[in-house]
Amino acid sequence: MSTEKGRGMPAFDWFEERLPIVSFIDHSVGSKYPAPKNLNYFWNFGALAGLVLVIMIVTGILLAMSYTPHVDHAFQSVERIMRDVNSGWLLRYMHANGASFFFIVVYIHIFRGLYYGSYKSPREVLWWLGIIIMLLMMATAFMGYVLPWGQMSFWGATVITNLFSAIPLIGDEIVTLLWGGFSVDNPTLTRFYALHYLMPFVLVGVVVLHIWALHIPGSNNPVGIDAAPQDKIPFHPYYTAKDMFGVGVFLLAYFTVVFWFPNAMGHTDNYIPANPLSTPAHIVPEWYFLPFYAILRSIDDKLTGVILMFGSILILFVLPWLDTSRVRSATFRPIYKVLFWIFLVDCVVLTWCGAQLPEGLPLILSRVGTFWYFFHFLVLLPVVGWIETPKPLPTSISTPVVAKPAE
Amino acid sequence: MRIVLFAAAAITLIGFAPAITQAAGEVVLEEQEWSFDGPFGRFDRQQLQRGFQVYREICSSCHGLDYIAFRNLQEIGYSEDQTKVLASEYTIEECCDDQGDIFDRPAIPADYYPNPYPNEQFARASNNGALPPDLSLMTKARHGGPDYMYNLIIGYEEPPAEMAEEMMDGMYYNTVFEGNQIAMAQQLFDDLIEYSDGTPATSDQMARDVSAFLHWAAEPKLEVRKQTGVRVLLFTFIFTVLAYFLKRRIWADVEH
Repeated sequence: MSTEKGRGMPAFDWFEERLPIVSFIDHSVGSKYPAPKNLNYFWNFGALAGLVLVIMIVTGILLAMSYTPHVDHAFQSVERIMRDVNSGWLLRYMHANGASFFFIVVYIHIFRGLYYGSYKSPREVLWWLGIIIMLLMMATAFMGYVLPWGQMSFWGATVITNLFSAIPLIGDEIVTLLWGGFSVDNPTLTRFYALHYLMPFVLVGVVVLHIWALHIPGSNNPVGIDAAPQDKIPFHPYYTAKDMFGVGVFLLAYFTVVFWFPNAMGHTDNYIPANPLSTPAHIVPEWYFLPFYAILRSIDDKLTGVILMFGSILILFVLPWLDTSRVRSATFRPIYKVLFWIFLVDCVVLTWCGAQLPEGLPLILSRVGTFWYFFHFLVLLPVVGWIETPKPLPTSISTPVVAKPAE
Repeated sequence: MRIVLFAAAAITLIGFAPAITQAAGEVVLEEQEWSFDGPFGRFDRQQLQRGFQVYREICSSCHGLDYIAFRNLQEIGYSEDQTKVLASEYTIEECCDDQGDIFDRPAIPADYYPNPYPNEQFARASNNGALPPDLSLMTKARHGGPDYMYNLIIGYEEPPAEMAEEMMDGMYYNTVFEGNQIAMAQQLFDDLIEYSDGTPATSDQMARDVSAFLHWAAEPKLEVRKQTGVRVLLFTFIFTVLAYFLKRRIWADVEH
């Protein structure tokens, strides 16, 4: 194990020889982790996601101290947090909006990976772990949204859990298991609460694996070629300083929403207590699920819709092999670059469709959008990799950096 | 430059979020100016007290205010003694005395505002089958918040010719309510109550005041939230500027 001697701190050295945890952290996210020197601000979002995860766990534990997971008391206990718990309103608004910002940050992080080809060899396992993180986040967010036991909590839970009934043969049994009974009720709430508390810690574990897998090949970079040792700089202080600035910008946006628009990303119906006898006119999930909801409802057949919805995420697992181009960064891929932006627009369109009733124009757009989503991955990416002529790659990271004309 | 563009995109996205998550085809509300709007907005205590008077003398005969205790009224400018007197005018059924019997006692500031009905069935039976909703969270539970509330209360008209046929028995035409048929009749008429601060009690004034009061009831921490926000944002802004210059300084020796 490497320890640093001669720091003039005998007590520190004594401890490090027995448990080198400080040098372990230093190697992970400190001065011993060499990172390419050309990372742009889109590389801030990994650290930002880590920050939001910490915010969510801390506020979540504090909220759990005053929350009551029971159908008769859940809604009331949340209102009690809002009104009577010291700074409870702040905890809840930070937690509820933190979920939205978690997805904003992670979606940008993912699209950054798509643009710069961060999923390609040798980073496939790193990419897989990222998808697992996203799936865990989705499950956690879904169950967390059920806990306030408002109208959208209840009916969202009903709609989403019912999806599993589309599975042939064992579908109904799975739904009964999820519900803990024959409808969404108290056993559903208590098991969702238990899992909602558990999953973030599983998430932390997968994040550790994600960072571990990152350290084997090292960070990708905007040019997408392997960085030579002389083109790398220590993560600390360079990227810690850069991340710190990114954290500041992020917090400005996050706090603006928390303190001035705390309910802008929520649904008004969730301030109505859950009522199993009264179905809302229009059941919509939280905004970060809308593109997947649009894909689900683009098909009349329930099972096909469910398969497409889950398929839209699972397809990302094989993305490293669907994309046949060896060039990572879209900067040097003229056709893929265009496809990337079309794909981004496609996801935005699907998000919009997910919030509309599945009829007329939104339904047509959902179908076109869903088709394009899979066409992009299954047909365009493999074909473009073969026919596209990439621009000449620089021989080193320093070449484009140094040769860049003054802006 | 990229950061500016990106921040602009993010803010735009957040700005559109409510539009994205709501269905199209909603009624256009006549937006009002509220003292609690804007980054430094505060409640107008006088207005909240007038609004409470409207709630108490008119709305409370059918609508509950489950999440407001009498003690909370101190936050809108009533003294502790005033809330004690106010509470004592209400009777609470308490279980139980030493003999196990339910008994009545006057309410105290710690008690919550009593609901006008003992249960849902009773409420429906008294209101032609309709259930008057609790108002504690109403401005947060409807799109448009206090603007919706204000427009709804004064939104009564004679039904237009094409709707006159469709109107169900015991329903009233309302321009704002979803489906335009509401079970609540028009409640506010000029000079229906006499404001204790002498403000002329026009129906418009009362609608505005009670909407402001109900927004306080739904979001009582609005003031402390915005005040805290100003300080937090100021701190974060200075932190971000310092972090920016620190970053530039640390990166000064890297060619990039």
